[in-house]
This record gives sequence, C-alpha cells and structure tokens, in this order.
Amino acid sequence: MKSPAQTNMRLTVAKTYKLFIGGAFPRTESGRSVALRNRSGEFVANASRASRKDLREAVVAARKAAEGWAGRTAYLRSQILYRAAEMMESRRASLAETLVKAHGKTAKAAEAEVSASIDRLVWYAGWCDKLTQVLGNQNPVAGPFFNMSSPEATGVVVLFAGESSPLLGLVSIVAPAICSGNAVVACSPIAHAPIVIDFAEVLATSDLPAGVVNLLTGNRDELLPTAATHRDIDAIGAVGLSMEEQVLLEGGASATIKRVWLDADRTSSAWAVADHQSLYRITPFLEVKTSWHPMGL
Amino acid sequence: MATKKQTPTTPAKAASGWQYEPALESTDHVRFEKRYGHFIDGKFTAAKSYFGAINPATEEQLAEFGQGSAAEVDAAVKSARRGYEKYWSKMAPSERAKYLYRIARIIQEQARELAILETMNGGKPIKESRDVDLPLAAAHFFYYAGWADKLQYAFGGAQVAPLGVAGQVIPWNFPLLMAAWKIAPALACGNTVVLKPAETTPLTAMKLAEIFQEADLPPGVVNFVNGDGRTGAALVNHPDINKVAFTGSTEVGRAIQKQLAGTGKRLTLELGGKGANIVFDDAALDQAIEGIISGIFFNQGHVCCAGSRLLVQESIHDEVVRRLTHRLSTLRVGNPLDKNTDVGAINSRAQLDKIEAYLGYGVEDGAVRHSAPCPLPGRGFFVAPTFFTGVAPAHRIAADEIFGPVLSVMTFRTPEEAVAKANATPYGLSAGIWTDKGAKLFAVASQLKAGVIWGNSFNRFDATSPFGGFKESGFGREGGRQGLLPYLEVRG
Repeated sequence: MKSPAQTNMRLTVAKTYKLFIGGAFPRTESGRSVALRNRSGEFVANASRASRKDLREAVVAARKAAEGWAGRTAYLRSQILYRAAEMMESRRASLAETLVKAHGKTAKAAEAEVSASIDRLVWYAGWCDKLTQVLGNQNPVAGPFFNMSSPEATGVVVLFAGESSPLLGLVSIVAPAICSGNAVVACSPIAHAPIVIDFAEVLATSDLPAGVVNLLTGNRDELLPTAATHRDIDAIGAVGLSMEEQVLLEGGASATIKRVWLDADRTSSAWAVADHQSLYRITPFLEVKTSWHPMGL
Repeated sequence: MATKKQTPTTPAKAASGWQYEPALESTDHVRFEKRYGHFIDGKFTAAKSYFGAINPATEEQLAEFGQGSAAEVDAAVKSARRGYEKYWSKMAPSERAKYLYRIARIIQEQARELAILETMNGGKPIKESRDVDLPLAAAHFFYYAGWADKLQYAFGGAQVAPLGVAGQVIPWNFPLLMAAWKIAPALACGNTVVLKPAETTPLTAMKLAEIFQEADLPPGVVNFVNGDGRTGAALVNHPDINKVAFTGSTEVGRAIQKQLAGTGKRLTLELGGKGANIVFDDAALDQAIEGIISGIFFNQGHVCCAGSRLLVQESIHDEVVRRLTHRLSTLRVGNPLDKNTDVGAINSRAQLDKIEAYLGYGVEDGAVRHSAPCPLPGRGFFVAPTFFTGVAPAHRIAADEIFGPVLSVMTFRTPEEAVAKANATPYGLSAGIWTDKGAKLFAVASQLKAGVIWGNSFNRFDATSPFGGFKESGFGREGGRQGLLPYLEVRG
C-alpha cells in the first residue's frame, strides 16, 4: 500500500469488523482477531473471532428479543423484512464492492449475489403473513368443538452458515428462520466477516428489533459444541457439516430435544436457484399449536 | 358454556351412601392365543425366547410374547423393505386408501372384543377403551385412508414422496390407539412399518395383526416385533430403516435422538408432559371441576398430556378444593371390566411403585395430600386418585411427570403469572384454560408454549386434530394434515 505522503492520496478510513449482538457491534469479548487477506495476499481487515462466551451472549440477546418479535403482527414483520431488502438495495454497490475486494468475486458474480440476496429477503418477507393460512387450518373434529391448528415460531434458532456463499448463503438461511418470528444467532466463517458485518449494518438500519438477528464470525469447531448442548437454544440449523460434526450436533442436541435441520453447502450461484427458497425451509423452525373450544348454547 | 354457577346437588354423604351394583363386561366373547412370537411378512412367527404379559387388575398372566432379538428385528425390517419394494410403493395410491378403509371397518366390527382385550391387558376402564380408544383407533385409519390418494393436495405446491421403512416404538398407555396413530399415516403416505408394542401391552397389536391378515394387507407392509427396550433399541438402530417414530418417556426419546445422530434417519418424538390446567375465577366451575377430574384421572393419569398441574386463581382456590374433594369421593376405583369403573388398574408393578414413591415425595416436600377415600381391590395394581394442595413449583410432584392419578394444585393471581407458571417447565405438550371470557382465553392460549390447548375442555382427541409437543415434549405431529409431514419427503 502506498502511503499518502508518497502520492498525495487521501488516507482511507478502514472499518473495524466486530460482531453484531443485541443490535450493537461489540468486539469479541475474547479480544481475538484474525487478519484476513485477499487472494493476492493483501491485508483486508482484522476480523473478530467469536468465542463461546460471545455465542452465549448472543443467545441471551436472542431470547430477550424472541417473544416480542413473535408477538409483533405478521404484517409488521413482513414490512420489516421488506425494509431490510430496501436497505440492501440502497447499498448494492457497497455490498458488491465488498464481495469483490474482500471475497474475491468477479464484479458480475458479486452483483448477482447481492441481487439474489435482496430478492430472497423480499420473497420471505411475503411469507410472514401467509404462513398461518398455508400451514394452519381448522380441523373438522367429530364433535361439537371448534378446533384449529396454527404454526408458531420455535423460539431461539442458532444457524451455522456454510463456507461457500458468504452473503446469499447467509441470507438464505436467516430469512426463513426469522420471517415466522424466531430470533436467530447466525455463525459464519471468520473469512466471511467483511460481508457479514456489511449485512449486519443493513439489518441494524432496517427497524429490525435488537437481538432478532445476531451475527457472529468464528470457528465452527469452537462454537458448534457449545451450541449443541446449550440449554436455552430451541433449534439449530447447519449447512455443510462433516459426519463427525453431525454426530456431535445431533448427539448434543438430544440433551434438550432440540430440533436440528441440516443442509448441504453450495455456491452462491447454486443458492440462487429458486429451489433454495421454499416454504419448507421455514417449517423446520415452526411448532404447530392446536386449540380446542367447545361449541354450544 | 353455561355461565350459571351451581353448587353440587349431591352431598358427599349421599353419594357414598348409594352403591352401584357391579356391571361387568363379559369376557366370554374374546379369544386369544396362549403364546405369540412376532408378526413378520404377513405371518405369525416363533421367537427364540418369550416373556409373560399380565392383566394388571388381577396379576394373572394372559399370554406369552416373543422377546425380539436382533435377528428377529432384522427379519422384520427385511420383510418391511420387501413389502415396500414389491407391493406398497408400486400400488396405486387409491388402492392403498382402500386397504386402510378396510382396516378401519374391521376394527369397528371387532371393537367390542378389542376393547375388552385392551382393558384386560392394560388395566384401563372398559368405558374408556370402548368409548375412546376403539372409536379413535378406527377413526385414524379411516381419516388417513382418504389422504393416501390426495397427498398432492396436502401441502400446496410441494412434491411429496414416501420415506421407505418406518420403525415405530409405542407406549403402554393407549396400546391399540398408539399403533393406529403410528401405522395409519405411515401407510397412507406409502411407507411400510415395523412396530414394537410396549412389553406390558402387546395383546391388541397381535389382534391388529390378525385384522391385517383378514384385510389381506400385502405381506411385509406392517410387521410387529414384540419385546422390551432392547428390542426397541435394535429396531431404531437398524441401518435399513429410514424413519423412526417414538412415543414414550423423554428419557428414552433423548437416548434415541442421540443414537440416531449422524444417521440421516428422520425422527419424530412424542414424549412426556406436565400439562397446566389453568382455572380463572370467572370459569364455569361445574364444567371446570369435571375437566380437572378427567384431565388428571382419565386412564389413571397414564396420559402424556394429562393436566397434572392445576393452576387455580387464588380467589377461588378454597371453593375449587372443596368441590374437588367432593368429586374425588364419588370416583369409583376398581375392576376395569366393570362398566361403572372410573379409575382402573395401574399398568404395572413398576409404575405403581413409581406413583407411590411420588405420593411419598409430595408429603416429604411439604404438600398436603388428599386421596379418594375409596376401597381398593385386594389384588392387582391400584392406587387411590389423589391431589395435593400447598404445592410449590419446585416440589418433585410439581416438576416431574408422574404418569399416574396425582394432581398438584397451585395458585396464581394474574393471567401473566398463570402463563409464567404454566410455561415454567421443560415440557410443552398440553394445557387447559377455563374462563368465560373469550378475549382472555385467546390471549392466554397464544402465550402458552404447548402443542395442544384445550379451552374450557380437556383431553379431547380426534383423528383430524394434530397432536404433539413443544420443547422437550418432542417434535413432529400425529393426527390431522400436519400428521402426514413426518412420513413424507417434501420438496418445493
């Protein structure tokens, strides 16, 4: 890097990449950072390496937010997700630039990934106030009762994003979990930090209540065992786990009968295919509640 | 519901003064073998070793059943795989539907015999097996029959496909009904089944196997392997099953989830509960008292969704306790085959010991015990229906699932406190709400973390109505449209 003294260039203000917990951007409590470099070996940023304690703090923030988020009207949740898409649209250029500069994407691939991510948010925004109708129903029980079943958010969901798609891969698992009213802690690889924190800035300016989405960057082998056995997490979704990691996750999850959902890792262009936005990516983090009431005079 | 509050018209003294003559259901009509092995490939097969199953009301042995070995489980899974590949996956869905309808009809035809056998083997009152278990078992087959050729309409826009072979393990509290809950949706969705009945209550499953023969169900489509937990473990761990469905204790469910880690097998768990039955001061009390009684004493409290924690608004606590005491004194405990019996036999010696231990813990922890003053039969496993007052949430009787006729009474002042107390458990299966105010009922129902909410009612079940829990009560639903999902691969 040339110094301004040599070139009369303005000194750029580099961004500090921290974590996104409870609507704030704290440094990892562990103080650990990892230097990220681009493909040509140039320094990009110091990224935070989240600790197990950061994960626990994020779960506390998510739990605090969960009830209020699920309790907001579906119409409002829908508007807030749509607002996040609007915020992303206005930052298209900046997000694409990060994908190019920090993540080695071509300009064309970066633009496609940002566009697909925005469209995905819009698609799931539209589900918030339709889920109950499509997944719930009245049941014609054989007796004088009114009986209905409707889906509800499971609660606090921890997600582990895959390695291969830093933005679209993250948006594609976070959006279906939150649209129904879950609060999320999403853990991405440390190398994804630049675009993950850009995305956190989008969410922070989207009227999304603090704690509904918490974003961490860290090592999966450090965070996964803690998440698996944590007693205040209701469900875990994970992308691209090895067989050993699956055994560790599902075995640990059994301690509190957590719901576990697994998916394969895939590239951004594979995620962009419409098959990977689905109502059935929302259902793994839903509970069906059935209510009865007698009818009669 | 009636809003007029009435005081009980029959004082306790008069109620106990009038005695019912015994009205025994005749058993001369029922027939069963002295010994059953397993049911594999459409035939009853011998087992290498056997154990006895008894009538818990008399402690007499009814019959012997095979103790399924790993090899016998393997034979059953192979049979189910053949049944899947050769018949069930090739059959037109409309034909699958007709088999299920046929099975539902035969269950209805044989309902009386099946009800008697269910009561003899399980200990539940004949009026419950006759009026609840049997009609519901038939209804489940009838309901899911119709889905078999309509699955493309079940989940809008999705492609659906069967999973393959399902391994199912069921409990002893509703033996035939649990078999129906498991088998009917599995078959409707195009899967084949290996089911392990509970070791204390395998009798009606063997009769169900006869019904499958009578219905000419293709060989291997449903297989039964008898045995205890070891047989169940061999089944769920068999490499050639695609799906595990378990109903039983949270402890065993946890172990199964752990064992299945990394196998890619689909899993549904229907586990324990500690249901809150919330009674507000504006409730219609006559109905609420009946709901509290049936909520905890139905099937001797051997019900995962039992309303075992009564949360009563402080202002009506004394009145509710007074009425409960009276109602308790009118419960008839005894011979399950007597049509007047309200509370039958505890299913096993082990369960009776557990319940009696908890009755001791209740007193030890400082609660006040109120047990029905009824005489108990000299033989068999019986316990007096009981409720405790002065219970604190930390008491063992308030926190643990007892699975017996034991109710813990606690109080609350505000709806917020009722919700907080109701949700303060790792379980999340059922809850009841008694109030005449609709807005309050809806508000509380929406905040309760439970899979089934009964407003001004309790312990209602229907084939069309999904059942299953939140939190550590398990995942997946049985019954209704949502009950198809655990047995389908859904894409789209």
